[in-house]
Amino acid sequence: MSQNINQKTGEGGYITTKLQELINWGRRNSLWPLPFGTACCAIEMMATLSSRYDLARFGAEVIRFSPRQSDLMIVSGRVCLKMMPVLIEVYNQMPEPKWCISMGACASTGGVFDTYTMIQGVDQYIPVDVYIPGCPPRPESLIDALMLIQEKIKRGEKQTKLYDRTRHPLDFQPVALVSDAAAGLPQLTGSRQSLPEKDVETQKQNFPAGPLERAVTHVERTLTRGKNGT
Amino acid sequence: METKPESIEKIAPKAAQTLALNLGPQHPATHGTLRLKVELDGETIVRCEPEIGFLHTGFEKLGEYRNYNQFVVISDRMNYLSPLNNNIGFAVACEELFGVQVPPRGQYLRVIMAELSRLADHVISVGLQGMDLGAFSVMLWTFIEREKLYDIFEAVTGARLTTSWTRVGGVFRDAPPDFPAMVRNFLAKFPALLDECERMLSRNRIFMDRCIGVGALTKEEAISYGVTGPMLRACGVPYDIRKARPYLCYGQLDFEIPTRPEGDVYARYLVRLAEMRQSIRIITQALDKLPGGGENKENLPVSSLDHKVMLPPKDMVYNDMESLIHHFKLVMPGHGVIPPKGEVYSCTEAPNGELGFYIVSDGTGLPYRVRVRPPSFYNYATFPKQATGRMISDAVAALASLNVIAGELDR
Amino acid sequence: MALDLPSLLASLKEHFGDDLLAQTEFRGQHVLRIRSTANLPVLRYLRDEAQFEMLTDVTCVDSLRLPPGMQKEYPERFAVVYQLYSLTHNERLRVKAFVPEEPCEIDSVTPLWEAANWGEREVFDMFGVVFKGHPDLKRILMPDNYTGHPLRKDYPLKGRGERDRFQKYTEMPER
Repeated sequence: MSQNINQKTGEGGYITTKLQELINWGRRNSLWPLPFGTACCAIEMMATLSSRYDLARFGAEVIRFSPRQSDLMIVSGRVCLKMMPVLIEVYNQMPEPKWCISMGACASTGGVFDTYTMIQGVDQYIPVDVYIPGCPPRPESLIDALMLIQEKIKRGEKQTKLYDRTRHPLDFQPVALVSDAAAGLPQLTGSRQSLPEKDVETQKQNFPAGPLERAVTHVERTLTRGKNGT
Repeated sequence: METKPESIEKIAPKAAQTLALNLGPQHPATHGTLRLKVELDGETIVRCEPEIGFLHTGFEKLGEYRNYNQFVVISDRMNYLSPLNNNIGFAVACEELFGVQVPPRGQYLRVIMAELSRLADHVISVGLQGMDLGAFSVMLWTFIEREKLYDIFEAVTGARLTTSWTRVGGVFRDAPPDFPAMVRNFLAKFPALLDECERMLSRNRIFMDRCIGVGALTKEEAISYGVTGPMLRACGVPYDIRKARPYLCYGQLDFEIPTRPEGDVYARYLVRLAEMRQSIRIITQALDKLPGGGENKENLPVSSLDHKVMLPPKDMVYNDMESLIHHFKLVMPGHGVIPPKGEVYSCTEAPNGELGFYIVSDGTGLPYRVRVRPPSFYNYATFPKQATGRMISDAVAALASLNVIAGELDR
Repeated sequence: MALDLPSLLASLKEHFGDDLLAQTEFRGQHVLRIRSTANLPVLRYLRDEAQFEMLTDVTCVDSLRLPPGMQKEYPERFAVVYQLYSLTHNERLRVKAFVPEEPCEIDSVTPLWEAANWGEREVFDMFGVVFKGHPDLKRILMPDNYTGHPLRKDYPLKGRGERDRFQKYTEMPER
């Protein structure tokens, strides 16, 4: 793929390619992570950085809490309404090239918590390169994710989704409030729809249909089996 | 008490001298997502205002839409350093509401796991306290011990961190046959770590200078602020729920409550170390008294045999009409585990203090209101008192000693 | 020293008369129901005379969706609940003060216990109950300028859409 890029931009040449490979080698073997740790996944991330599953073996030893000095942001843990502007601001402050790992179910999709304050996936608002499922994911998964980022760098890609910096909305945004009157018609810009529940009662009866229905038929089948004198 | 912010005319003459600093929610010194707005005069903190809510998830609202056995999964994620204590705390509250008893084997297993979880929390608290003051190796040593505990948790509950082990009336499943051997193996080597931490920190000049006298609270202040747990015991009040209102089988076990009179950061550190040694004592006694031992040859139950609350075993479901009906009722939507109408407030001794659950039930499968009384919330309210007038490095030491866990603080 | 509950109730009745609405017990736990206007004097009496030194929790229950059988236990919509604990007697007591929906006000008990400071801020944030005399009543868990009180029963679980209103970044087309 790096050859394609070189051909397109017309910068062919053996030395440039090799130089780019050298730079990529340097970048991927000395990633400086910024642990944006909020909740339980942060504890698993700390466990990954500790002696047993040592992330320093992969070059990611220097944990910098300053975004100005890091290139890999690991969003570990649930992100809530009050924390989202902070996340965007911190991501903004990181110099390029930068990558982002969304660790855990809560950062990737909202996880167990589908409530009024939880952001249902940070990838709606910042570009994410690697998602790690799990609640919390095992340290081996985080190491795997780091290795995937390393391979991505090796292939020469800078970010999954390049975002347009000339008109990018990643400036600091305070929480946009919704008044009760306007709550009927939300203007949603995120890609995941969330409808404000008008009727609390129907929500209470809203149990998931699939597995329980199967359980019902299982019981019915056992009843009939018993009747026919198994 | 927090005073109203002074009018601008009063602080304007000072404004040229004081620096407003924001230790933001993303900061290495803050444990979790805490924000401190401090006003500094040189290095001294003139005014300090903590801001919380950066991890507010809506647990209490979610509790109204999940039934009693589903909420256990959510309760793990509150105090994520010791999730088993949360599970067991909620289970004790539910059992008080439902009026069911856990059989003895289940009680002893729960006590052993709760104490192991307490060890995990205290050990990381001591480690992070060391790390914040510069002793980075202590954190790495304590994390190794936590990894060993994770192995035990994974063998018993199936998960390292988010265990979700208890159910109303008992536990998810029995411990494996080699459980006592695993725990005894761990306990054989654990005191060596405590001794090493003591050697490293307790008589260390730097640690002592940074911790003694810092963040001191008097007994009356601590009681007025509603502080509980190691913080209260470090102020000289011997209040421990395991002794005051014994739940599960703590009444049959013999242990002490360590207290210290000073109330400062050093006292809290010493209290936590002493509590870890007492926990080892509790676990050893409980292992000796565990009904059925490791292998449980008599097949003693670990969960309540009341099938209105716990699922009956499958062979009974296939053969006995009543068990079939109980199974049906427990699994179908609209039924589930149904408590009587009423409300209950039940508290257990979590590593941070009194973890209370106030459950209001309206007689359906979903609770009407679940209130979690978070120990870190009331402990953290004392922070402005501890930090004002001291230097910013003292504030960092005091914050580390509070062991504030943002998941529990903000819920 | 065990607390003599019947004598405590008798002395409360003689001091406060009909501010004390009822006293119930469930699973061995005692609940006192009082009028919201009397919360400060009753709690002061409990703290000083009956030695309930610790206020372990302040919370609230919204009775909007209770079944009719339980609804009559709640004369007003909101019940501010104080969980008290006595270190000397090792006894617990729950005190419930009923606050109507309009005006949603009650006196703050911060003069008695410092713990009430943050506890009442949280009740205000989640339910909208205003505590008169609180030194610094502002939101604690939600953003400062948030409107709406999440734990009320008429507030939806999934919110009103604030969580989706951050602006998505603009993707660049592939080169």
